[in-house]
Parts: sequence; C-alpha cells; structure tokens
Amino acid sequence: MDTFLQLVVTGLAVGATYGLIALGFVLIYKASGVLNLAQGELMMFGAYICFVFSVQANIPFYAAVALTLPVALLIGAVIERFFLRYMIGQPLISVIMMTIGLMILMRGIATWIWGTEPKVYPQVFPQESMSIGSVNISYEYLWAAGLSIFFVLIYIIFFRFTKSGLVMRATSDDEHAALSIGISIKKVLSQSWAIAALTAAVGGIIIGALVGLDTTSFPQYGLKVLPVVLLGGLDSIPGAIIGGILIGLTENLVPEYLGFLGGGMEELAPYILVLIVLIVRPHGLFGLKRIERI
Amino acid sequence: MLVLNNIEVIYSNVILVLKGVSFEVRDGQISSLLGANGAGKTTTLKAISGLLKSELGEVSDGNIEWDGKRIDRMGPDGVVKMGIAQVMEGRRVFQHLTMEENLKVGAHLRKDSMNVKKDLDMVYDLFPKLKELHNRISGYLSGGEQQMMVLGRALMAKPKLVLLDEPSLGLAPIIVTEIFSAVKKINVEEKTSFLIVEQNARAALRVAGFGYVMDNGRIVLYGESEKLVDNEDIREFYMGLGDLGQRKSYREVKHYKRRKRWLG
Repeated sequence: MDTFLQLVVTGLAVGATYGLIALGFVLIYKASGVLNLAQGELMMFGAYICFVFSVQANIPFYAAVALTLPVALLIGAVIERFFLRYMIGQPLISVIMMTIGLMILMRGIATWIWGTEPKVYPQVFPQESMSIGSVNISYEYLWAAGLSIFFVLIYIIFFRFTKSGLVMRATSDDEHAALSIGISIKKVLSQSWAIAALTAAVGGIIIGALVGLDTTSFPQYGLKVLPVVLLGGLDSIPGAIIGGILIGLTENLVPEYLGFLGGGMEELAPYILVLIVLIVRPHGLFGLKRIERI
Repeated sequence: MLVLNNIEVIYSNVILVLKGVSFEVRDGQISSLLGANGAGKTTTLKAISGLLKSELGEVSDGNIEWDGKRIDRMGPDGVVKMGIAQVMEGRRVFQHLTMEENLKVGAHLRKDSMNVKKDLDMVYDLFPKLKELHNRISGYLSGGEQQMMVLGRALMAKPKLVLLDEPSLGLAPIIVTEIFSAVKKINVEEKTSFLIVEQNARAALRVAGFGYVMDNGRIVLYGESEKLVDNEDIREFYMGLGDLGQRKSYREVKHYKRRKRWLG
C-alpha cells in the first residue's frame, strides 16, 4: 500500500509538470489551430537563458527567472513575426513543416551558443524531501506541481474572463469571421506565441532544475509531452493538466504492477493509453468537438 | 457617407470581377445591392470591408471613400475601427462560444465598457429570443437564431454602417421578415446605415430606400426602391412576376425570349 501511495504522489507531481509543458502546445493550438512541434526547443531556450542569467551573470536564481520571462515573451513574438506571420492562410501541413524547421534551427542555434556538454543550475530546491505519513515527496516535485497548477488557473481565468482571451478563442473558431469583426489576426498570433514561449520557458526551467540541461536530450521533453496533449484534447487547458496527471500516473504505476510484461513499459504505456482514448474519443478527453449541424 | 468611385477588383492578379462599380450609401440610408449569383455583390462588400486581401483579391483601380477618407488600402480591422461592420454570408458564428460571448466579442474594439452593457441589452430588446439563449453554445442554435446573433454581433461594435450579406439565406420567410424589420428598427432608432446584399429582391426592396442592381461586375440599374419595384426587368428577372404582376407561368412557351435590356 505504501509503495502504491508513493508512486501515486510522484506520478501526480511529475504529471503536473507534463501538464504545464502541454499548456504551451494548447495555447498555440487554441489561437491558431497549429500544432507547434518546436515546443521542446522553446523550453530549452528558456532554460538556457535562465542558465545564462543565473550562472554566467551570477544573478540570484529567482531574479534570473524573473529576467528570463520577458526575454521568453520576446523570443515567442520574434519567431511569430519572422516565421509564422508569413504562413497565415497557408495550408496547415506547410505550417507544421515550418515548426519542424524551427525545431531543427533552434536546436542548431542552442548547440552553437552553449555547446553540447551538460549544464546544471545552482541548487534551487532543498535537497531533502518532505514526508507526509509514509509518503516522501521531494521539494522539487512539490514546487513543480504547485507552479503548474498556478499557471493553469491563470490561463483558465485568462481565456474565460478577459477580452484578449475571448478574442483568441473567437479567432481559433473562425479566422475569417474574426477578421470581419475587426480582430487583427497578426496581433492574436503574436500574443499567443509570446505567451506559449513564456509557458515553455517556465516548464524548461523546472525540468532544467530537476534533471539538468543539455542540447540533445532536453528538447525530447517537448515530444514526450505530445501524448499528454493528445490525451487531454489539443484545445483544452484543463485537458492538458488532467492528461499530464494521467500520463504521470501511468508512467509511475505501470512498471511496478505490470513490470512482468518486460522492461521499458513506462515509455510504452502512455502511448497505449493515448491510443485507447483516441479510439473512444477522437478529440481527446476534453477537446472541443467540431459542431456539425445537418 | 460611403462612396465607391469606379472600382475594379482583380482576384489572383488575373480574374477581373468588378469592372468599374460606382455607388454611394448616404448616412442613415438603407441601400440594397441586388443581382444574380456571381454578379459581384459579395466581392463589392469585401472590397469595402477590406476582407478581399485575405482572399488574394485587390482593388486595382478606383477608390472607396468613407466620410471623405480613403479606406480601400486599409485592413479589415482598420475599416471596423472606422465604423463599418460586415455581417458575412452564411452566418459565420464562433461556434464554440456561447451566444453572449459571441455578442461581447463583437464589441472587442470598444473602450467604453459601460455602454457595451447597454448595447447588449439593446440587442436583447431587438431579438428577445436571444436573451433566453444567452448561455447556449452558439454552434447548436438554429439558423434563424444564428443570423440574429451575427447581426447583433455586428451591432455591438456600434457601427455607423452595416454591410449585410445575404441575411435571408436558407431561412424561413417569417424569420426573414423578423430580421428585416429589426434592420429597419435599428436604422430608425440608431440612425445606422445599411448596405444589404440580397437575392431575395422583394424582401430587400421592402426595407431599402434605394437599390442598385448588379450584373456581371457592373451596376446596371439603380433607383429608389418604389421605382425599381415597378421596373419591368426587375419584376421579370428578380421577382418572377409577369407583365401584369401575376406570378409568372412557366407554361408560356416564349418567356425565354425576353432578354435583359442591359448589356453586362
């Protein structure tokens, strides 16, 4: 029973982090209907910029994070302005190819600037872990989970109750109709890329603090989160967090209880879960259905 | 006042759709733009609202003026800011937003949030049915409800001129009457001008003071609505009435012999 509880708690914490990263995908998808495959690279950039501030410029860690956020916003806006802007009105497949191009470009730039050897942040979270009854949880994961939930709440409020959020949702529903009521698509796209880059940076810093930085394996976290996004529904913010938690739990529980099936089940299990969910609910657990009236 | 001076529109740099269209919509007036499929009515509206640009179209000659300022080079957001709202053909609702969110997003450019609330009530007064449905997801509303909603959405921007594209499309006659009487009411109470594109010439000429008839990218006939209603060509081609005002009988063998008197 203790093992089970322990695994559940770890699963929840890891899952919340996945959820935060998944949010970056959801933001861009919600505003423009594009799946941004370079999300992992955006994360990496955020993480490295924070590294530059905190280690190379020797700024205290929290101040470094605060400095990273505006830079991340700017990076998102610049990517939109110089790449995605030209893809407005182009077929979806071309836009997705563009994000693949960005992915490779950004990986190259990161390797060029920061080299290939792994980097580490200064000790950010306390080393010891907190115990509740028989369950131990490290402060790192607690922080990660807390931050993720905080961001999700912010985004839910943003999309539901603010004018910019409403405008973004309208744009993702019907671009032409959005144009006809005077919405500037360029502005909406630029905002959504900026916010997505910011989210990615926060996710990147958290992952960086947990596992360290490098330019080869780090961006993989972006793709690792893809099943989370598909599971929750590409356009659902609560879906991202719930999908993240489900995947986190699967990854932690499956090797323990289904380990007899063979090693590496923690890699495989999330995808099997996604396949099953997609067969039953093609738009993911919370994704919006396309409304068709007959 | 909206003035179109001899405008030409070309799609994809090759297809000439409008071949010198000129007309005007005076302040406080309801004008209608009539014509058959493919005459260029929707293109004319899109040239005014700036939506052409997202469809590879451009105004290649002539100019469009609104209160003395040229607007043909502006993007759609600029045109809406100038006080011209377009209601697109085919009820383009934001389907995953609720009814009320759809109406509210129509007012997104406005800074006076106190008056936005008042205008929301104005739209609900105009179409009381919408009030009951305010929390519904708009994609599931009926066609008539959606048409009322998109008209309301355009009104939420507090426009001085509304470009209304085919409001009667696919709707029951009783709903069409309701929508046109709402247009009339807004025109009288708020002094909003309207430019209505319609295939249903009869319904449009009933509310409009002035009408323009388009054919093959040109304005071929225009005049006050009462005069147009009496025009033989209009009766024949757009209302399906014969010489004496009765419904046309297609059993008469020679009806096809009559030709349009204009050359498109």
